[in-house]
Amino acid sequence: MPHDHPHSLLPPDPALRVKAIETLLVQKGLVDPKAIEAIVEAYSNEIGPRNGAEVVAKAWADLDFLGRLRADATATLAEMGLTGLQGEHMVIVENTDTVHNVVVCTLCSCYPWPVLGVPPVWYKSAEYRARIVREPRAVLEEFGVNLPPVAEIRVWDSTAEIRYLVIPRRPAGSGHLDEAALADLVTRDSMVGTGFAKDPAGRDPAGKNPAGKNPA
Amino acid sequence: MDGVHDLGGTEGFGPLPIEEEELVFHHDWEARVMAMRMLMGAWRKWNLDAGRHSVELLPPADYLSLTYYEKWLASLVNLSVGAGLLSREEVASGRANATPKATPPIDADGFRALMAKGRPSGREVNTAPAHAPGDRVRCNSFSHSGHTRLPRYVRGRVGEIILYHGAHVLPDASSKMIGEAPEHLYTVRFLATDLWGPDADPNHSVTADLWESYIEPA
Repeated sequence: MPHDHPHSLLPPDPALRVKAIETLLVQKGLVDPKAIEAIVEAYSNEIGPRNGAEVVAKAWADLDFLGRLRADATATLAEMGLTGLQGEHMVIVENTDTVHNVVVCTLCSCYPWPVLGVPPVWYKSAEYRARIVREPRAVLEEFGVNLPPVAEIRVWDSTAEIRYLVIPRRPAGSGHLDEAALADLVTRDSMVGTGFAKDPAGRDPAGKNPAGKNPA
Repeated sequence: MDGVHDLGGTEGFGPLPIEEEELVFHHDWEARVMAMRMLMGAWRKWNLDAGRHSVELLPPADYLSLTYYEKWLASLVNLSVGAGLLSREEVASGRANATPKATPPIDADGFRALMAKGRPSGREVNTAPAHAPGDRVRCNSFSHSGHTRLPRYVRGRVGEIILYHGAHVLPDASSKMIGEAPEHLYTVRFLATDLWGPDADPNHSVTADLWESYIEPA
């Protein structure tokens, strides 16, 4: 029904629209209000990029674990309890001095929820989805990720149910840190490929330059 | 479908909306939309692929101007009315009609179990894959007006298979609620110069995950 859009019957304010629909769905017994609260809690507070950061830290610290992630990321993540919706089929891609991987979903907003939570606004934006496959260096520069021209850029478009987790480069000088300390260096963006891991002093080498905040 | 959602490579967009210290949800209602859309899916009147298609079917101007969760809400309402779970009158008035109250198909515990288990799309099939990593393949030049996951920017282009994933549910069939029609799934790598022309960066490639019926030997 491409030309019939019942949603246009709703009030204009999104908060009121949502309240109106929630009231209807609960009144009709179509959804369980306690289940709504459970989902809100899970995706607001329980599932987020700390999960992925622990995976990356372990991969940096434990070569056997990294090897198993390479061979079967889905099964290996399941050992850490990182399974479920939008993480059913996982693949890791590793950033090195010469290869930089970055992940997108040009057709919608596919993102590995169990390891990263729900995606940020920029990941879902038309700007990112349109541009990263065509001009990745320019897009990465907006994140403060400046790569030498000789570095190869691989953009992974998540067009199926395979979900990609980027393993960022381990920062120099982090050899003495344990897994928990290493995980503190792993940013969300570094696991999508739009950032770097922080250095051992906690400084983010990607000097972000968000839209509208250009110094010039 | 040749929809506005198929954004890869579209030119004219400006800087990214990067936010510092971004909140997971910017408003409480956003999380509630996500929750309701997930829970209403448990009625099995639509599936993941049909749900994605309903977002693609929003008018192009709405698609580009609504926020992400506004699109999800619009899609939820359209799906619910299309499936007969809500009526247009109920949406317009905000009042439930006189039909007996239903029992939700999933509660909080049921959802937590689903969230942890997921819905794998891999399937066993009794055909051998037609291609293997290292093979060069050409994508179909044309598509169809339903839901598909062959992006416009790779159509007719040649790439190299780099990963094989087994067989997966085919979204083109699944979105129509007519069965899963699983097919072998591959990751195909394209050089930027083969997608965007000779002036593109020679050190840049793009991969897409493509089903067997999307590609042929090159």
